[in-house]
Amino acid sequence: MNDRIKKASRHTNQSEGLIFEKSSPGKRAFELPPLDVPASDPAKALGANHRRAGIEGFPEVSEIEVLRHFTRLSTWNYAIDLGMYPLGSCTMKYNPRVNEFVARLDGIATEHPYQPQELSQGCLKILRLLEKCLLEITGMDAITLQPAAGAHGEMTGLLLIRAYLQKQGNPRKKVLIPDSAHGTNPATAVIAGYEVENIKSESHGQIDVDKLRDLVTEDVAALMITNPSTLGIFEQRIPEIAEILRAKGALLYMDGANMNALTGVTRPGDLGVDVMHLNLHKTFSTPHGGGGPGAGPVAMKKILEPFRPVPILVEKEGGRLVLEPVRPDSIGRVKAFAGNFGVLVRALAYILAYGPGIRQATEDAVLNANYIREQLEGVYELPYSLPSMHEVVFSDAIQKRNGVSTMDIAKRLIDYGFHPYTTAFPLIVAGAMMIEPTESESKEECDLFIDAMKAIAEEAAAKPEIVKTAPHTTRVRRLDEVGAARKPILRWKPAAHRSEAAD
Amino acid sequence: MRYLPKSPAERQEMLAAIGAKSIDELFSSIPERFRLREALKIPGPYSEAEVIQYFKERAAENSNGYTSFLGAGVYNHLRSVVTDAIIQRGEFLTSYTPYQAEITQGTLQAIFEFQTLMCQLTEQEVANASMYDGSTATTEAVLMAERLTGRRRVLVARSVHPEYREVLKTYAKNSGLRVEEIPFTASGMVDAKALQAALKDDVAAVVVQSPNFFGAIESYAPLADATHAAGAMFVVAIAEGVSLGLVRPPAEADIVAMESQSFGLPPSYGGPFAGVIASRDKFVRQMPGRLAGQTTDSDGQRGFVLTLATREQHIRREKATSNICTNQALCALAVTVHLTLLGKEGLREMAEQNLSKAQFALSELLKIPGVRRTFEAPFFNEFTVELPRSVKLVNAQLLREKIIGPLALGTAYPELTKRALVCVTETTTRAEIERFAGALKRVLERPV
Repeated sequence: MNDRIKKASRHTNQSEGLIFEKSSPGKRAFELPPLDVPASDPAKALGANHRRAGIEGFPEVSEIEVLRHFTRLSTWNYAIDLGMYPLGSCTMKYNPRVNEFVARLDGIATEHPYQPQELSQGCLKILRLLEKCLLEITGMDAITLQPAAGAHGEMTGLLLIRAYLQKQGNPRKKVLIPDSAHGTNPATAVIAGYEVENIKSESHGQIDVDKLRDLVTEDVAALMITNPSTLGIFEQRIPEIAEILRAKGALLYMDGANMNALTGVTRPGDLGVDVMHLNLHKTFSTPHGGGGPGAGPVAMKKILEPFRPVPILVEKEGGRLVLEPVRPDSIGRVKAFAGNFGVLVRALAYILAYGPGIRQATEDAVLNANYIREQLEGVYELPYSLPSMHEVVFSDAIQKRNGVSTMDIAKRLIDYGFHPYTTAFPLIVAGAMMIEPTESESKEECDLFIDAMKAIAEEAAAKPEIVKTAPHTTRVRRLDEVGAARKPILRWKPAAHRSEAAD
Repeated sequence: MRYLPKSPAERQEMLAAIGAKSIDELFSSIPERFRLREALKIPGPYSEAEVIQYFKERAAENSNGYTSFLGAGVYNHLRSVVTDAIIQRGEFLTSYTPYQAEITQGTLQAIFEFQTLMCQLTEQEVANASMYDGSTATTEAVLMAERLTGRRRVLVARSVHPEYREVLKTYAKNSGLRVEEIPFTASGMVDAKALQAALKDDVAAVVVQSPNFFGAIESYAPLADATHAAGAMFVVAIAEGVSLGLVRPPAEADIVAMESQSFGLPPSYGGPFAGVIASRDKFVRQMPGRLAGQTTDSDGQRGFVLTLATREQHIRREKATSNICTNQALCALAVTVHLTLLGKEGLREMAEQNLSKAQFALSELLKIPGVRRTFEAPFFNEFTVELPRSVKLVNAQLLREKIIGPLALGTAYPELTKRALVCVTETTTRAEIERFAGALKRVLERPV
């Protein structure tokens, strides 16, 4: 490892098996208060044929073992709390601890979705204030907080478009999606009952507006764009794009995954976007938690409002808030209850902490990305030269000459104490290296990252093997993914059954 | 601002390095006329203390101090403080989806353990890493059955959670699925004869829930046999997971869709929870969502990776089994920790306490003149009773005694007016049950 790099050093971590392997009959980690009513005989109450004997293989361990087990596992993870996590498109920013605290308050975490609405005014006020803040941030007219994640928001948004067009007599057939889009976009279009037509980007990585003009027909329901695009570049001709769609009666959907580049600076509603989702687990700091939970509110223009999924939050006389379960034109329900409420609480806590100053977060995010771009341009190839917003996409073209790929460089970053950037995405860049530092990184952390990236480039030129076999410092080396998929082992089985798993 | 780690001088230094005169220059690609000139009209900035104060004030406007007899898909169960301590470790909380396996082995192994626990609970062979919740898991189970059978008709029991059915219908509307409902019998269970009559060779899936929305435990075998005879898939939804500590699991099911909120997740006004899909090995390639699998590294050590990703949207795009990407991972971790803490004996005991308390509550309520049991089917921790007057009016009066009464079934089932769905868990004390019964008796004695 290059001696200049000061961020990481090796340390011992504890080995740990599966919890099932530590189990021993008779141990326990949880005790209930004594039963204060007469005990029922399950066989009698349920009927003998409904009664379960016991759960085979279920763990039996003590409390200290549970705590150590999961604590040890946790030490095998990288996390924002440990350092920069520059995964492009994922917006891995600081997750404020106060958000966790308020989401767990008595009176917040304890509330039941079916309790009387007069006893839920606190919950409903939280939802109302979040709605207002997000509408102000997006410049839209109406919003639903129901969707549980970005992809769920995309689906909700496309169903709104479908319902709106249907109401006019024809839901149409196709959704246009740029080749730089997230994979969820085309997968979502199919679920909403649409065919996908891909649009190639032009040579600067922007949507090819001339080609778009040819593609937009009366068969097209919508164009789904990501802005800034997955190249981290602002779609400059977006008002013109909106105009082309409007002329043919199609709508403009914006994937808000990259809203961290725009918050407080410009508003999608002003740009001509008809409907969009936000990823509260990206832009609004709710923790990723190893893959979720998230929340994907969908903001829209007036024309789509009647179709919002139920329940709808409504303000009655005197400021009383109610969730109304029925609307004649609604697309229906997309999820049980009132959305991922606990995630919504955290997002509001984040917004309140910043207030209008949230613009500074956007500015710092864009500053960090451009600083890294400036320092690494030339060391790594920059395939698209238009100005970067909150993230910058390089490629491995220079290192590839020595047989070193984006994945190798990413794995070597681990040895230098960083989480890898996003590899091999967007698909339109061969060997993509997509770097999103977010506003949460200090100049010092950005400099350490830049040093690490430069050191790896030197290694790729001088001793490529060390990069190609990285990581060298982790608890496990590169894992056999092909073998995992060929003979899937997706659960633990007791020893007696083990031979089956090995077959 | 306390979350931003840069001094004004550092910002200037970085701008200078970039060669920009001002921060505005970095936004030059946004057309001038679309750039906001005024500050956003949102409240704040709030100090940490003010943030906490705001939410404490909202919390005080909710149901603190009330005793609740609500369940209906969201259950109040004991949770150990250990669970929250673990899921708040930054290494779990602030880590991303474990695509870079070498530095996310903790999350990956925990998912593998979650999948194992879900298989053990449901007696299925394979379980995924989570779906959004029970409602979308049920829907995704149906879509999975559609892919596996190539058929387009779905029979769903009316005794399945009303909101689960609504979500299913939202998804079905646009994918050409026809959803038909199967009635329930006087005993509160799926009408097997009606099911038999509706089953044809165009049915992709039959969906039942157990314990069902009325609390009744279904008999799987005859329903599964009829379903399989028609070549359809038997999908079982489970909204109250704790029942599996005592009630026979749906071993006959082809796909199980479960809400795991009962395992360590607070009610939190309806989310975030964690849905699960469990099924048979032979169907795994049509499963939606992430899967963690065991493998080895280049030194031969055991390790875990996300696997069978060719089902997923980031690889397959429009041909993926689902559009799901972000799931409910941290909730699934909480479930894993909670079930590990409970263990074999703890879960059984918790389930037994639920059963005993519900039996006790029913017997107390049946002592009140005019209160009758609605369905004869066996139940776990929820049951349906008929009151001599409107449940909503009764509940309004119970509120005055700081009791949140049982769910009025008439809203979702017009034929069940005056019926109330009562939920009692291990967290409900005998004193609370007796206070509820006493209050209900007094309310019903009053003239209308």
